[in-house]
Amino acid sequence: MEDTIAAVATAYGEGGIGIVKISGPETERILKQVFEPRNPQCFSPIANRRFMYGHVLSRRDGQVVDEALAVFMRKPETYTREDVAEIHCHGSSIALRRTLLLVLSAGARPAEPGEFTQRAFLNGRLDLSQAESVMDLIQAKADRGYDVALGQLEGKLSAKVRELRQGLLELLALLTVSLDFPEEEAAELTPAQTEEAISRCLAGLDELLATADTGRILREGLRVAIAGKPNVGKSSLLNALLRESRAIVTEVPGTTRDTIEEFLNIEGVPVLLTDTAGIRETADKIEQLGIARSKDAFRKADLVVFVVDGSCPLTEEDLEIAGQIKGKPCVILANKRDLGEEVRREALAAQLPGAAFIEAVVTEGTGIKELEENILSLVYGGQAKPGESPLVSNVRQKDLLQKAREEAAEALALMRRGEPLEFTEAALHRSWELLGKITGETVDEDILNEVFSRFCLGK
Amino acid sequence: METFEMDRYDIVVVGAGHAGCEAALASARMGRRTLLLSMNLEAVAMMPCNPSIGGSGKSHLVREIDALGGEMGLNIDKAFIQSRMLNTAKGPAVHSLRAQADKTLYHQEMKKTLEKQERLDLKQGEAVELLVEEGAVCGVVMRTGAVYRSRAVILATGTFLRGTVFMGQSAYSSGPNGMAPSVALADNLKAHGLKLRRFKTGTPARALGSSLDRNKMTEQPGDPEIVPFSFMNEELQREQVSCWLTYTNQRTHQVILENLERSALYGGLIKGIGPRYCPSIEDKVYRFADKERHQLFVEPEGLSTDEVYLQGMANSLPEDVQRKFYRTIPGLEQLRIVRSAYAIEYDCIDPLELQVDLQHRRIEGLFCAGQFNGSSGYEEAAAQGLMAGINAVRKLEGKEPFVLDRSQAYIGVLIDDLITKGITEPYRIMTSRAEYRLALRQDNADLRLTEKGYELGLATRERYERFLETRAAMEQEQKRLETTFVPPEAASAFLMSLGCEPAKAGASLAALLKRPEVTYEKLAAVDPERPPGLSRHVIEKVEIHVKYEGYIQKQLQQIERFKKLEDRKLPEDLAYEEIEGLRIEARQKLSQFRPLSLGQASRLSGVSPADVNVLLIYLEKQRRLRKG
Repeated sequence: MEDTIAAVATAYGEGGIGIVKISGPETERILKQVFEPRNPQCFSPIANRRFMYGHVLSRRDGQVVDEALAVFMRKPETYTREDVAEIHCHGSSIALRRTLLLVLSAGARPAEPGEFTQRAFLNGRLDLSQAESVMDLIQAKADRGYDVALGQLEGKLSAKVRELRQGLLELLALLTVSLDFPEEEAAELTPAQTEEAISRCLAGLDELLATADTGRILREGLRVAIAGKPNVGKSSLLNALLRESRAIVTEVPGTTRDTIEEFLNIEGVPVLLTDTAGIRETADKIEQLGIARSKDAFRKADLVVFVVDGSCPLTEEDLEIAGQIKGKPCVILANKRDLGEEVRREALAAQLPGAAFIEAVVTEGTGIKELEENILSLVYGGQAKPGESPLVSNVRQKDLLQKAREEAAEALALMRRGEPLEFTEAALHRSWELLGKITGETVDEDILNEVFSRFCLGK
Repeated sequence: METFEMDRYDIVVVGAGHAGCEAALASARMGRRTLLLSMNLEAVAMMPCNPSIGGSGKSHLVREIDALGGEMGLNIDKAFIQSRMLNTAKGPAVHSLRAQADKTLYHQEMKKTLEKQERLDLKQGEAVELLVEEGAVCGVVMRTGAVYRSRAVILATGTFLRGTVFMGQSAYSSGPNGMAPSVALADNLKAHGLKLRRFKTGTPARALGSSLDRNKMTEQPGDPEIVPFSFMNEELQREQVSCWLTYTNQRTHQVILENLERSALYGGLIKGIGPRYCPSIEDKVYRFADKERHQLFVEPEGLSTDEVYLQGMANSLPEDVQRKFYRTIPGLEQLRIVRSAYAIEYDCIDPLELQVDLQHRRIEGLFCAGQFNGSSGYEEAAAQGLMAGINAVRKLEGKEPFVLDRSQAYIGVLIDDLITKGITEPYRIMTSRAEYRLALRQDNADLRLTEKGYELGLATRERYERFLETRAAMEQEQKRLETTFVPPEAASAFLMSLGCEPAKAGASLAALLKRPEVTYEKLAAVDPERPPGLSRHVIEKVEIHVKYEGYIQKQLQQIERFKKLEDRKLPEDLAYEEIEGLRIEARQKLSQFRPLSLGQASRLSGVSPADVNVLLIYLEKQRRLRKG
């Protein structure tokens, strides 16, 4: 009952091409779900070892994620000796990430670092040079303190995870006493105390998970959407930010041809800027669709910069857009302040409570600095400096944390439903084990993973 | 000493305690001529400590022994005088059955079974010497000079081996319960190069039930409905005897603490290591000083005696202090002790010296079981005895060892823990030691093991056929529950009668049974077509299987992953000392231990995950080189 795994097989960053790799018995089904070849015959039956041109798309809403090449390779002549597929996307991390998420939601689970190699090995297919390179790595670990190289971020994460595991372990010990020593009147917890203890563990997991977004942002970029009706200065803002930005990394067409995505770098934080201008202007004829699309763009954004013409009173259209971004972290940029000061902070307070309000003259560059500071403060939660809080920075860690959280939440739900205690204990135990996978301390069934986790993904 | 040849056997078992009895019966039942030796036939299946069988984790072992065709479950079903299912509210995998035994009856019934067993000779006598030629065992020499030649020997010496009893400042050479100790054999084993170490255990006093004031205690009656241990027994009716609960108090603790230096344990006499999970009362009072009271269960020792066992009060205090502290306890003011509490030290081996089949690594044909291997408890002993018996037979027949892994049975967990992880104190089984607890339930022990027992030639045809019937009935009933639908109104009325939300739609019987509030019994209200005469075993299996299917599935997936590592075998002749990258400690441990699989290597103490990985890569390299 082997499961199917997937991961981004190319290095994070801005290569021309990024590859999502899938391996396992479900590979064919998953590929067929997320990929639509231009030539439908490629899929009936599925072409083996041939590149297929087509699109990665979400079957749920039909939205195209990327234009891509895909190849399916039938076992056993593959790297892992299982069915393998590769989807070659555009190299932007956003396209890759979306593709990977689609693959995961189609039923694959994220590969552990080095798991493809591990499978290759377990299935008796690993070449000598690779085996040797693992050996080198192990020695590096022993001789030169390899762990140090893993960096502060990971160390802090480990410490935090260990703390959470310790909390779970203490609770597990108490539960074990009541399971294994039924007649001992020892410190048996009441259901209420048990629930409380689980809730505390859960809160700790939530806290750590909350940092996952910071980690992801630092890794993959903060998604900022620029909103606003035509002619309020969105393009100028875009240009101003790009000018300020030290490096324009890349420009790729995004999920639809209607939005423009730009990568920029603000004080070391990668920012993925989406101008939703195109959405409304091209989709005007079908207003409903247009709104749906901008809503979607806003939903995906970590922050919305809402540009209004600060020199004129707000219009219906402004308010409508404000309605769409309601509930999102938001900065209101009142542009064209040199022409008048019509729009006041309070005007949008009802629709967008808590939004920062910046007065700007984008064409002259005023307000840009303030906007950038606002963006940065969002990344670091306005309090911590980078690296000072434990960060969960990759999909694998986040997935494990998420799963550990799910198990803990399950444990709590089981208690509340009045299910027998041992299931609560078992769920908490799984949570504890999942956390151990993050740090490499879960040894009972993951021994192999430890060493291969030092590998790059997808080798 | 003059020696003389007596009969030849295939297998000689030394010691007729719980391990020895199972070993000898398994051997004889599987067709081998077997000799079972006991220093005293009154010690056959003796229960020198608590008068009960089962409890948490232990009842799982008994069910597994039974499923394979062992005797313990059948014997306790004959000899119990009280039966209780503990932990019923905490989940199906931790249900634990416990029975109070009539000790005398337990001994007598087991002795009868041994006497009736074909190919099995039971003899009283003291083995003093192990005969070993060219590294292989070939028999035993008795105190009398009698020589019994055999092709395999199973050692199950319990606490007899160089036993020393401690009571206060008095220490003397003795086996359990006033039996003679086995000292010469201990010397001989040492001479054969076995590394022996000292473990310790203890037992509380026995007193006359008539001297107790039960008005000051809480009665603990047996369950109204008796659940048998053996899968061969359907319904058992018996008049039951109660146990009684009382507590220590501050005065008790004061007496103990004031006399602590007079206890053998705290006076420094005892060197052996005792079990943490079964502490003496000195330990409890001293180490958990903030606890205001400790439980004491008064348990009857049998129907033919007035003796009672004072559970929870084991100690090594002198007799005057014993009497004094026991009498501070409510209901025990007039206590009349007939056997005083004592601690006992004994020789045992380091189980890391054993292979997966419980055969000694250096002496071929020498199998070991029970307390001799460092375990504690009747059930743990019996489980090892059974496996040692089976594997001794398989060895003589030139067959592969019969090994149960951690995902198949508690027996597997027990033996793997002993021989792989190593132990520092007497080992007791617990449900928390089993990673795959939800799959290793006592209700499904027959599903897991009876087929194997039958294939081994141990489980009888009758047992096997009974199992097949049970399984078929279970599958049929499960299917019926899944495919029988209850209409919405009926389902709603039923759920509301149990205080639940009404159903939105109709549901299958199985779906209704999955709800926590619903039991198979209650489900009868909406299940008029229920087939009559389903056995308890079938109902229990069906109910658990349907109710907890999801959780069990999750566990099965974990087991799949575990198996991958277990299936990667390590060659027996692997030159660990030549493998670069292994830490020195790991190199030594691996060469010495020679694990069979990567999974086993990963559990070895002294071998880190990094070492396992080095091994992994080395192996693959070698394989490629050979191939290329």
